[in-house]
Amino acid sequence: MTHTLYILCLALFCIGLYCILRKRNIIKIIIGVIISEYAVNLLFILVAYRMQGRSPIYSPDAAIENMVDALPQAVVLTSIVIGLATTALLIAIAMRIYEKYKTFDITKINELRG
Amino acid sequence: MLELYLLLIFMIVGAIVAVELKDLLSSVIAVGAVGLGLSITFIVLKAPDVAITQLVVEILCLIILIRSTLKRDLPFSTSGRWFLNTMIALSFIGIFLFVAYKAIGDLPPFGYPIMKVASTYLKQGLAQTGATNIVASVILDYRAYDTLGEATILFTAVIGVLALVRRIGRKKSVEQEGSDE
Repeated sequence: MTHTLYILCLALFCIGLYCILRKRNIIKIIIGVIISEYAVNLLFILVAYRMQGRSPIYSPDAAIENMVDALPQAVVLTSIVIGLATTALLIAIAMRIYEKYKTFDITKINELRG
Repeated sequence: MLELYLLLIFMIVGAIVAVELKDLLSSVIAVGAVGLGLSITFIVLKAPDVAITQLVVEILCLIILIRSTLKRDLPFSTSGRWFLNTMIALSFIGIFLFVAYKAIGDLPPFGYPIMKVASTYLKQGLAQTGATNIVASVILDYRAYDTLGEATILFTAVIGVLALVRRIGRKKSVEQEGSDE
């Protein structure tokens, strides 16, 4: 039962994966990518948590021993910003596709390309 | 612990709503709810820096998504190989879940991290870098090259977005096509 939160996080990732694989609207696919990315970031922070821990910031009145793991937090901080950049690039490509083909439906784009 | 379960269930419900709604704008707003729930979860998990970054990034992401979907709502096409597509998607998810079930037993139990590397950072971070915030000392001192790589990716993505969105080069190409015809 110690892994229940990990399994819930996995369920969130599976929803994003289903959205990427099944939906035909490009915006929906981008939404699926965003949701999977959230789930991965959340898994890192969940692994880093420590029982009755406190945030990794020094203060003179508290002991060092009980801090949560700082390394995954630093990695996730980088990952979130990269996620924003990739999402902006995906949306720019989607808007160019809309300007050219006047649709977000990927099956129709495939037909037009012949 | 209970608030973590509630937040995760809220996020899962929000994600299902975002995936299944037909209206694109409502779907984007549901993604925003999921992201803000994630930000609150980070605060509960004692990661304030990550929570602040998530909040800012979420709002920016929402603005870009709304800008791209506004007035472009389209009906969904549900025809075609509905059954085959669903079966392929579900089989992929099944394979993923099988691998994840094998792998999740190797993770440390929730609340008891390994902290082989981070214990060094926590003990010596203040003496070596002089930063009271350990996360800042990791991203700006111990792993500064990582942050440099992040900045490189960010600028590459910005160049890509500008090349895709700018209008000056595109008009010329349209005129050339028109003159050729």
